[in-house]
Amino acid sequence: MLETIIAGVMIAALILYALLGGADYGGGVWDLFAFGRLAPQQRTLIAKAIGPVWEANHVWLILVIVILFTAFPPAFAAISTALHIPLTLLLIGIVLRGATFTFRAHDVQRDNVQRRWSLVFSIASIITPLLLGITLGAIASGTIRIESGQVVSGFFSSWLGPFPFAVGFFALSLFAFLAAVYLTLETPEFELQEDFRLRALIAGVVVAMLALTVFLLAGTGAPTVRAGISRSWWALGLHLFTAAFALGAFYSLWTRKYRLARVCAAAQVTLILFGWALEQFPHLVEPDITIASAAAPRSTLQLLFGALAAGALLLFPSYYYLFRIFKSETSVAQTRV
Amino acid sequence: MNDLLAARSQMAMSLAFHIIFAAIGIAMPLLMVIAEWKWLRTKDEVYLILAKRWAKGTAILFAVGAVSGTVLSFELGLLWPAFMGYAGAIIGMPFSLEGFAFFTEAIFLGIYLYGWNRVPPRAHLFAGAMVAVSGALSGIFVVIANAWMNTPTGFRVVDGKPVDIDPIAAMMNPAAFAQTLHMTLAAYAATGFVVAGIHAFMLRRDPRNQFHIRALAIALTVGGVAALLQPLSGDILAKMVAQNLPVKLSAMEGQFATEKGAPLRIGGIPDESAGVTRYAIQIPYGLSILAYDDPNATVKGLNDFPANQRPPVAIVHVSFQIMVACGMAMMGIAVLAAWRWWRARKKSEAWLDSKWFLRALILTAPLGFIAIETGWVVTEVGRQPWILYGVMRTAEAVTPVPRLIVPFITFTLLYIFLAAITVWLLLRQVAASPAVFESDRNEVQVSA
Repeated sequence: MLETIIAGVMIAALILYALLGGADYGGGVWDLFAFGRLAPQQRTLIAKAIGPVWEANHVWLILVIVILFTAFPPAFAAISTALHIPLTLLLIGIVLRGATFTFRAHDVQRDNVQRRWSLVFSIASIITPLLLGITLGAIASGTIRIESGQVVSGFFSSWLGPFPFAVGFFALSLFAFLAAVYLTLETPEFELQEDFRLRALIAGVVVAMLALTVFLLAGTGAPTVRAGISRSWWALGLHLFTAAFALGAFYSLWTRKYRLARVCAAAQVTLILFGWALEQFPHLVEPDITIASAAAPRSTLQLLFGALAAGALLLFPSYYYLFRIFKSETSVAQTRV
Repeated sequence: MNDLLAARSQMAMSLAFHIIFAAIGIAMPLLMVIAEWKWLRTKDEVYLILAKRWAKGTAILFAVGAVSGTVLSFELGLLWPAFMGYAGAIIGMPFSLEGFAFFTEAIFLGIYLYGWNRVPPRAHLFAGAMVAVSGALSGIFVVIANAWMNTPTGFRVVDGKPVDIDPIAAMMNPAAFAQTLHMTLAAYAATGFVVAGIHAFMLRRDPRNQFHIRALAIALTVGGVAALLQPLSGDILAKMVAQNLPVKLSAMEGQFATEKGAPLRIGGIPDESAGVTRYAIQIPYGLSILAYDDPNATVKGLNDFPANQRPPVAIVHVSFQIMVACGMAMMGIAVLAAWRWWRARKKSEAWLDSKWFLRALILTAPLGFIAIETGWVVTEVGRQPWILYGVMRTAEAVTPVPRLIVPFITFTLLYIFLAAITVWLLLRQVAASPAVFESDRNEVQVSA
């Protein structure tokens, strides 16, 4: 039971990483695709939106990793062995994204210099979610096989396939969608809002198409998870909810109700990840590692649970404070670009 | 290069790179907070400019530290999956706590760096203090985990598996206190001396610049106090090593033969095939006194440990000598600075009116980081061939993934690139030093 709760906290941290950190990557995507009359203002707005929060948002990923290796050490060992290559590439993406974003902010403000950093920053912002999705897709696919604690499925086959890549692009589209929706609320200027509204609508369509692709590819690419999607009694309800929020996001973007759009988009992404986690339950790595089989001893889990609870008490007020300072209406009103 | 060596090299390179940013991330916020606090107290604009300038540099360094720290947390599994599979449940705890400390650090750093005009001055200072405290805590938690690798406690091994796991006992391992104290002081000393050295360099070109004079005073105070305390913590650490890791102590000291009343060797080059340390200055009974508080204590030499349990001696001994030498030089400078300041205390700035003193500060600037790097070589190489001392060998822990030389080279190139850009950006900032002159006693001209 305790191990399931901690696995739930880990998924919650992953969802928060997607909602917060994911949107920061999505910002990088829109930096690359900045076009139109207001392209420079779009870039400035993205940088202002990401600047104060990306490092804090990034820590959710660290928390996921730390919970994984503390509470489920064999799962961490298996994942980082079987997915050594995509995870290494993911790290390179993380390093380049964070470093070049900061370098750009502190380098000379000449156009050609800034463009060079923007290019690396935005490409890294695209590569990283892609690899994150590929990793999650591989974990769900059931192709990572473990025998007596050793990975026996090699270092390529589990992630080098259509299904993990489809999940990769799906993750990328979700992050871009989230970012565009959030950015409508980061500026008081109508024209910029319109720019990101358009992007959010386009990204929303892409998300829907890729969701369908992932679902279809899962038939052969992740059969167990797919079976969970179509069979279990709660799955249908969950998917109806997800679809309802997706439509709600479209509707509210269309009618320029951006606060509602933000709620709907965040709920949509939350339910997608939550649904995936439920369908994979009780497996941490399909099909050989379960939550119970990988769980650390009770003494560790109890302490970790205590630490997570105490940490949350410290974390959430601080996080709230951070976002109140930089993301509240009055602070956005000051953000003229 | 075989895969084990490639994995070790990648880990060593990643740690050596990250520790610089981590140490700065611990100490720099303290310097900024002191400067800002002095601004709030004195309303002297120079301190505000100083806090902002330091914050700018810290922003770059912190970002590189955050991403290179992320690399390390993944590399634990990417390179040493068997170790993490074995040890995660025992030693994951301090990493989890570090996660929250890092969260706090990142949140309040965001507020600190971007919130100058958005939060009241006291709230801003508070944010800085939170960064300083949580930064220090982050470092302490990670070093506790490393200390456990040196002196593992909190579990029993039954049939090759850990049982009776007690994560609190693991955190309270014998090396934890001494190592965290030593590393935390090292972070303040190294950063303080580098910052003081940079401002000393600028002062030589631009004497009487209040900006640099005040910056130097703050940085050297923090660095100097830490450098004065460091030998004390080093002594605690050495006694802990003597107690719990005798083979590492012998490697550090180049002690091959078991000896009653062993001498302290200063310098020297260990010859592992011949089993002697040559060219060292020997202080009779020194080692026995330092390690065991007893001139006649017996120090067990390397020759009496099984060959497959000895670390490489030469690199450990030489690194240790370099670290100690750097630390001693820094302590000497700290004493000199304190004496100069005390002698000139009536004329507040006269203690810096010496080209020789400034030159000495410039020369000692990098010593703290050299000491940190060599000190970590002593800790890590000195623990070999074990990843978990006495329990698991490094060779057993390495990943089965082949061609590890590829990620090693990739990350090396990536980090060289990051280092070059970081240095270049910081140099540009330093070069643009604000002109702040004291035109007369009460009026300060500022043009930032």
